[in-house]
Amino acid sequence: MIRFEPRSNPGPFLVYGVPILAATIAILLAAIPLALAGAPIIQAYGLMISGAFGSVFSTSEMLTRATPLILTGLAAAIAFRAKLWNIGAEGQLYMGAMAAVAVGSGVIDGPSWVMIPVVIIAGMAAGALMLIGPTLLKTRLGVDEVVTTLLLNFIVLLFVQMMLEGALKDPMSMGWPQSEPIIDSAAFPALLDRMRVHIGLLIALVSAVALAIFVKRTVWGFEIRAVGENAAAARFSGISVTKTMILVAALSGGLAGLAGVSEVAGTRGYLATDLSPGYGYAGIVVAMLARLSPIGVIASALFVASVFVGADSMSRAIGVSSYLADLIVAMALLCVLIGGFLTRFRVHFDRKSAQG
Amino acid sequence: MEIIDILLAASFWEAAIRIATPLIFGVLGALICERAGVLNLGIEGIFTAGAMAGWMAVWLGAGLWGGVLVAALAGGFFGLIHAILTVPLGLSQHVSGIGVTLLATSLSYFTYRTALPDVSSPPRIEPFRPLDIPFLSDLPFIGQALFSQTAMTMLALVLVFVTGWVLYRTPLGLAIRAVGDNPSSVEAQGLSVYGLRIGAVVVGSSLMALGGAFLTMSAFDAFFFGMINGRGWVCIALTVFASWRPGKALIGALLFGAFDAFQVRLQTEVGAFLPSQVFLMMPYILSIIALIVVARKADYPKALLVPWFKGQR
Amino acid sequence: MSSAAHKSSETSQDLLLSLAGVTKRFGPLVANNAIDLTVHKGEIVALLGENGAGKTTLMNILFGHYVADEGTVTVAGRDGNLEQLEPGAPQAALDAGIGMVHQHFTLAENLTGLDNIVLGTEPIFRLRRDRSTARAKLGELMAGSGLNVDLDQPVHKLTVGEKQRVEILKALYRNARLLVLDEPTAVLTPQEADSLFAILRKLAATGLAVIIIAHKLAEVLAVSHRIAVLRGGAKVGEMKTSDANHKSIAELMVGREVPVSRRTPRAPGKPVITLADVTIDRGDSRRSLHGVNVTAREGEILGIAGVSGNGQAALAQLIAGLDKPDSGTVEIFGEKVTKFDAHTFAQNGIARIPEDRHHDGMVGSMTVAENIAIEDVRSPEYQKLGFLDFDAIRKRAEHAIADYDVRCPGPDAPARLLSGGNIQKLILARVLEKSPKLILANQPSRGLDVGAQSEVHRRLLEARQGGAAVILISEDLDELLTISDQIAVIHAGHITPAMPTDSIDRSELGLMMAGQKTAQHAPDGTTTTNPGETA
Repeated sequence: MIRFEPRSNPGPFLVYGVPILAATIAILLAAIPLALAGAPIIQAYGLMISGAFGSVFSTSEMLTRATPLILTGLAAAIAFRAKLWNIGAEGQLYMGAMAAVAVGSGVIDGPSWVMIPVVIIAGMAAGALMLIGPTLLKTRLGVDEVVTTLLLNFIVLLFVQMMLEGALKDPMSMGWPQSEPIIDSAAFPALLDRMRVHIGLLIALVSAVALAIFVKRTVWGFEIRAVGENAAAARFSGISVTKTMILVAALSGGLAGLAGVSEVAGTRGYLATDLSPGYGYAGIVVAMLARLSPIGVIASALFVASVFVGADSMSRAIGVSSYLADLIVAMALLCVLIGGFLTRFRVHFDRKSAQG
Repeated sequence: MEIIDILLAASFWEAAIRIATPLIFGVLGALICERAGVLNLGIEGIFTAGAMAGWMAVWLGAGLWGGVLVAALAGGFFGLIHAILTVPLGLSQHVSGIGVTLLATSLSYFTYRTALPDVSSPPRIEPFRPLDIPFLSDLPFIGQALFSQTAMTMLALVLVFVTGWVLYRTPLGLAIRAVGDNPSSVEAQGLSVYGLRIGAVVVGSSLMALGGAFLTMSAFDAFFFGMINGRGWVCIALTVFASWRPGKALIGALLFGAFDAFQVRLQTEVGAFLPSQVFLMMPYILSIIALIVVARKADYPKALLVPWFKGQR
Repeated sequence: MSSAAHKSSETSQDLLLSLAGVTKRFGPLVANNAIDLTVHKGEIVALLGENGAGKTTLMNILFGHYVADEGTVTVAGRDGNLEQLEPGAPQAALDAGIGMVHQHFTLAENLTGLDNIVLGTEPIFRLRRDRSTARAKLGELMAGSGLNVDLDQPVHKLTVGEKQRVEILKALYRNARLLVLDEPTAVLTPQEADSLFAILRKLAATGLAVIIIAHKLAEVLAVSHRIAVLRGGAKVGEMKTSDANHKSIAELMVGREVPVSRRTPRAPGKPVITLADVTIDRGDSRRSLHGVNVTAREGEILGIAGVSGNGQAALAQLIAGLDKPDSGTVEIFGEKVTKFDAHTFAQNGIARIPEDRHHDGMVGSMTVAENIAIEDVRSPEYQKLGFLDFDAIRKRAEHAIADYDVRCPGPDAPARLLSGGNIQKLILARVLEKSPKLILANQPSRGLDVGAQSEVHRRLLEARQGGAAVILISEDLDELLTISDQIAVIHAGHITPAMPTDSIDRSELGLMMAGQKTAQHAPDGTTTTNPGETA
């Protein structure tokens, strides 16, 4: 018979070791599909590592990938902390990107120090509104936010498509459904010459640190933690659960929207319906691997980005489907879930015997 | 006038029932899981896995019903993963479900790409044919609308009845309804909470996978990336709308199918005035509206989302 | 029932259950230490002990929820031979004819009583359910025992007493030969408890063995044949009820002289809170009040007696600032309250002790210090520009831990590590340290051991002495009669006028709790009959 006994206080080894172990196991498990696909396994791992870290260029690509993942990871982390199940980061990301394009592609112009904050604020506001709606439905009417945010992802994508064929269409795009480019003064400058990595990375890192301080040190962070851990007790003590939830929605949606801004203004330069290869969903994995810690999100986003960039490059080299990356990321999520269980419980195997 | 013409056409109802079929499978699967107290957000991925596995089995020569069986087994496999994580381990049903969706989707895509690395247009199979039942299929209106559907649609309709019977008429259904309300009531009577919940999630997930299989083996004849397109999530919304009852699930799915069929026809009438995306958004918007309408009086199974550990009272 | 058919005097002496040397440890804690206990057919045994004495652990071992570290459980088979019960197998206990009625009922509320009873008794994979045989057998059982209840009602529509009857029927339907009841009277009126005892005596006469787990002596003296006393996990005494001495057993249970809290006379002052004709209609009796008038005065403890689920929750929600009245007014110090909000209430001198201290009283993963400061983090004392002042928060916690004797590893330990009694002390420290003018104490001592209980009473009386008004909602009549100055009874959302405690007769109170009797007299000014006068 197997029994689980709660641990009173897991040590730091478990807290930090388990996510690392989960990520490692997920990577090792990838050997099974690689073998079934008939790929040379050792070589494949080598190609993945060199694809993510082998050169300045590949590392820059990895960091470019990590940028939106840090932001969507933070979006999921803060929402899940408050038990607001925001699965809609993908839609919020697109709304943020669209708002950035709407104000940043020539409607207004100014110096960079004006235009960059303008697109950021527009995008964050759009993302925040996208989540505040479902949150109000949850707190006022009891409508489950999981399903509404999930469905909104599909609605937003269709809406973006519609706008790209209509109001936001670039007349110079030769019929491709894409927006006019972000003007130079609103574009995020690159961090390195001839590389794609841009200041969005710095913004994401600053966001993570700021969010960590906010959650740990401020009154609002205190209230978010209380609501997330025990909403009934928080309500009883006089904390407004509705207001806290809306604050969390604004932060979470805003961060996801910022990811969209960073992608259009930093990486892509224009909006198209293939802007995000699922950054919103991957953000959930990033947050869970980080055990919802904002600083941890940085590390886990780097891991997930390396997997994606490494697997892409490996798949180009030896012809294994790049869906392997999604597979590794999904397995990492399930492994870290099980790992989280092992940090909270001790497992005992008792021999079943009639004691004398 | 034209609207009435649309609604009275047998072809309209034929389409409505066809669109409803995968949703019937999905809602039945979801409601079995939720009645036992487990939310299964793996549904979207399980649809994908069912669609891919069923199609691929047929493509490899398994026969259509062989494909249905393979799809059900694939669904049951992913359901088992979700069940183990959420029932004995008591992990977050939300996160585990999303994880299963990501896993099932990526594994299906990876397998498909690995098996068919270089195809540009997806290979086709010979799907289920419309039934031709003597006499019944020749009836006016209903013959075309109902009795000329494929065997999988008939299976879905039979399963509505079977699920209802099991839930409300058998000792097993009694135990499932009890375990979703208060697991301790089941344990105190000597039944296994874990056994019932894991069983319900596995069976429910198999049904979800049939919804996916219907798409590749009956509605269409090939597998495409992104073909599930949120149908699984729609089923989760419809389950709430159906207040966890098989009969209402059927009605909800049919209403949904009718609306979807209607908007497609409306699009051909007034499509010139509105962008096509407006119509494509309709199913999702409708699902959200359905949730809002029933939210106030939704009577969620009381133990839904609440983990339960052995020896706990 | 088969055992009813074979009733005879000698079989009633037959040994049915024997626990020998049962020991159970949880880490360093010895919950049960070498306990021996026997029960015979037709015998009612009372298992007495404080909260935490090990009664529930022992019964969980018997019922297969826990596995004992040492010792054996043997049960007489239906043929009379003693057989060892398989440890850790609830099904084995059920098969051996052991039925348990838990304090928290194990009923699925969405099903009918009948469905709950037959659940698990039929082979699970069958195409149909057979309810007619069950109905016939239950009809017989109900007629023979007096356990009458409408079995076709969904359980959520039944009263607590009726649910308990379903629980007992559940066990009898499975041919239980030993029935274990955990604190069966905790939720009943005195009259309901009497009728339960009558039923149990009737059942025992047919050969059923009964174990009643209780922490109150008076009630089990009336019904049991034999008493076993547990303390600190060990059996410290066993005797026939006829030989039992009230005082010595009480000391046996507690292990020392119990400090009794006594009110000292004190003249009540001005009204602190006045509810005038307050109605809250939430459709469900648990959460509704109908035209309620309540006044609590300075230096006075107003007890609210009642069986759980009669509107106490609505009253508590209202005074805690979590709900507002549909009609009627609430005045605090003569001022009409317009903003019903928990934060405002807490900041305006209302101390709120929640009914469910684990669920509403603390955030388990946050620290002891954070839990003590939780109501006040927005006040300038604990934050500057939104940034928390952790030093101030920790300092307050250190004081509170010392003053209220909260046993914990320190202010930075997560609150979930605390025991129930210490959580209650933490809550008292949180709310009483601010010298509140009004205290809402909702079931403040439920589930606590005697020491913690008397600590709670001492604190409440101290606050009363200091001039606070206390509204004490309790299901424990002893508690109410000991420390309240006035008692009002709540039933089905109605509250009687308050009556001075010294003039109250216990059985009369029971009738009022059952709604069979209303207060005879409206004593001088404790109620406001016309809301217009106070507005």
